[in-house]
Amino acid sequence: MEVFFQQLINGVTLGSIYGLIAIGYTMVFGIIGMVNFSHGDVFMVSTFIALIALMILTTWLGVGSILIALMIVLIVAMVFTSLVSWTIERVAYRPLRGSFRLAPLISAIGMSIVLSNFVQVAQGPRNKAIDPILNNVFVLSAAGGYQVTLSYKQILIVVVTAALLAVFWWVVAKTPLGRAQRACEQDRKMAALLGVDVDRTISITFVMGAALAAVAGTLYLVYYGVVNFSDGFTPGVKAFTAAVLGGIGSLPGAVLGGLLIGLIEVFWSAYFSVEYKDVAAFSILAIVLIFMPQGILGRPDVEKV
Amino acid sequence: MPLDTAPAAPSPVARAMKDALFAAIIAVGVFGPLLAFKTTQDMQNRLIVEPRWDLLAVVVLLVWAGRFLLSLWRSRVQPETTAAIGSHLLWGLVPPTVRVVIRNGLPPAALVALFVYPMMILSLTGGSGALKWIDNFGIQILIYVMLAWGLNIVVGLAGLLDLGYVAFYAVGAYAYALIATKVIPATFPGLGVWAFWICLPIAGILAAFWGVLLGFPVLRLRGDYLAIVTLAFGEIIRLVLINWTAFSNGYEGISTIPRPSFFGIPFNASDSGFAARFGFEFSPVHRTIFLYYVIVCLALLTAWVSNRLRKLPVGRAWEALREDEIACRSLGINTVNTKLTAFAIGAMFGGFAGSFFAARQGFISPESFTFMESAVILAIVVLGGMGSLIGTAIAAVAMIGGTELLRELDWLKAIFGNDFDPAQYRMLIFGLAMVAIMVWKPRGFVSTRMPTAFLKSRRAVSSAHVKEGHG
Repeated sequence: MEVFFQQLINGVTLGSIYGLIAIGYTMVFGIIGMVNFSHGDVFMVSTFIALIALMILTTWLGVGSILIALMIVLIVAMVFTSLVSWTIERVAYRPLRGSFRLAPLISAIGMSIVLSNFVQVAQGPRNKAIDPILNNVFVLSAAGGYQVTLSYKQILIVVVTAALLAVFWWVVAKTPLGRAQRACEQDRKMAALLGVDVDRTISITFVMGAALAAVAGTLYLVYYGVVNFSDGFTPGVKAFTAAVLGGIGSLPGAVLGGLLIGLIEVFWSAYFSVEYKDVAAFSILAIVLIFMPQGILGRPDVEKV
Repeated sequence: MPLDTAPAAPSPVARAMKDALFAAIIAVGVFGPLLAFKTTQDMQNRLIVEPRWDLLAVVVLLVWAGRFLLSLWRSRVQPETTAAIGSHLLWGLVPPTVRVVIRNGLPPAALVALFVYPMMILSLTGGSGALKWIDNFGIQILIYVMLAWGLNIVVGLAGLLDLGYVAFYAVGAYAYALIATKVIPATFPGLGVWAFWICLPIAGILAAFWGVLLGFPVLRLRGDYLAIVTLAFGEIIRLVLINWTAFSNGYEGISTIPRPSFFGIPFNASDSGFAARFGFEFSPVHRTIFLYYVIVCLALLTAWVSNRLRKLPVGRAWEALREDEIACRSLGINTVNTKLTAFAIGAMFGGFAGSFFAARQGFISPESFTFMESAVILAIVVLGGMGSLIGTAIAAVAMIGGTELLRELDWLKAIFGNDFDPAQYRMLIFGLAMVAIMVWKPRGFVSTRMPTAFLKSRRAVSSAHVKEGHG
């Protein structure tokens, strides 16, 4: 039972990170119907931006309080990652809008190759490890010699995720910007006719997705303390799985899917085998797409002539 | 108010300058964090940050200059000309009569060049230098040409977007490696020299079997979803190969895979070897040349089969399916069988290529079958212009040959210093080229199709009229 609770805590933490990345996939797919293949690598770039910001703050500027430093790192990572994503959309995707359907997908795969190799060339292929931060833990229960712990990191991750999701939900549900996004999602041409600046709305969607990926990236850095240029692909595919599982195009679905994928991965590792945890995630992706393509909270896709 | 008092439009140079300045500011933001600061390990193996302002300055300056020239050029040239040059570059400048000659003469000329290539290289560079050129450029490119032609059956003809093609390549490679190193020595050791020729068809059949197996559950999926599920299958196969060590020896891979023989005559220095039998002096280049011709034949077989299949009912059904699945179903085409045959035949050629790959390398490990390989093969198919065999071959030569060439640019070290290794920019340039070609020519290099059925005369159809299929 103790093992179960410990894995539950770990799973929710991991799931929060996946959920944050998944939102980027689900929003872009919702609004322009494209699998943004480079999103996982945008997430990876954000972990590097966060790493560099953290190093500069702590070693050059000597910021003593780790929480203040993390706050600044979070904002820096969000700003720069958004800029990267905005530029990618502008350079690689916008010229292809309205082109044939495979073109943006190939362009996105190309962009994903560019991002990971750019980071490899610019920062080197080795793992970058920081000194562990926020190591304190609460011991929730120590029955039977097995400690169930809840670390500060995990609290931070879940709290930051929840807070940002609330802000994000408010933006999408209550502001004119969110209304424009939902309008573009339903009918881009009609939205344009009614005076919505579609290109700008799509750009902002990419920026919002990237900002949330940057939050995930910062939290990932804090949680694992190690980043590598190749870390974009697997979390990216798992987050995409989360988006599909939750129902692609649905925002609560992406978060729900992220939590489920996090829990499944953690429990699979704990009770079955660590080696096959990625196989489990990929199998879920395949099974969900084959038997339940609309996901848990998505709308069924009707085929028309 | 008279018109001439209206503010004069800014000059093109001023506008380009403003545009370039904006691009430079964005570039500072995009490249700033990752280029201006380098994270490295210090003596105590701790991570430190070092500033690198000069590199950032160079890159930003390049972006500024590039953007300035681009917008200046755009303002000088009429927009229509830009578009025309953009879509036809060079080809549009060629006079029509020459165009016909090139179009009709290119395939035979390419074929002749393909067959004399090793001899030419041999006479130009001599024995030891030739090895590299035939192996790294000839064989390497031809493997990708063959894979791209195989995938073209699935993606270009049947319109099924497959991002896990490398799985069948892996099935073929492991089929040959395991049968040749484990099964044949244990059962019929006498057949050892024939291993490659026995395993080649087996590998193809196994891969086709896996194609059906993986194709069956995904039949109902369309477009991007199909792509993602095939990606998942490809990754599952790779992860199983990594983790199921009893079967595949995991990360260590399988080594000492027997090399192919000249139809039973091994390539070695012994008296019964190829060189002794045919009265040559022994040289390792014989085997390389032989492998080169094997892959030429395999690739041509792929091209021939897919060209013939286009004219058969099943090929026509594939292309019809790509255009409109609902119409196909209404006309009574069995979409299940049609899709499965496309998967199976595409996978079979992947399996052939895989077993050739294993035979050529002599060593395989799961590292060779990552998602990146699938992406590269799909990119070649799309960049070449889906469905066009010539375009695909051109794309393979440009993308694989071009990036291979970077390994040869050692003289750049003289300019940029000894730390500069052009090979590490291979994939970066590959990715940039993918994006650039897509933005420049979304339909690929060869954007016309030759119909297989026509009324009076056979005319090329622009691929703008061809659908890409919805899975």
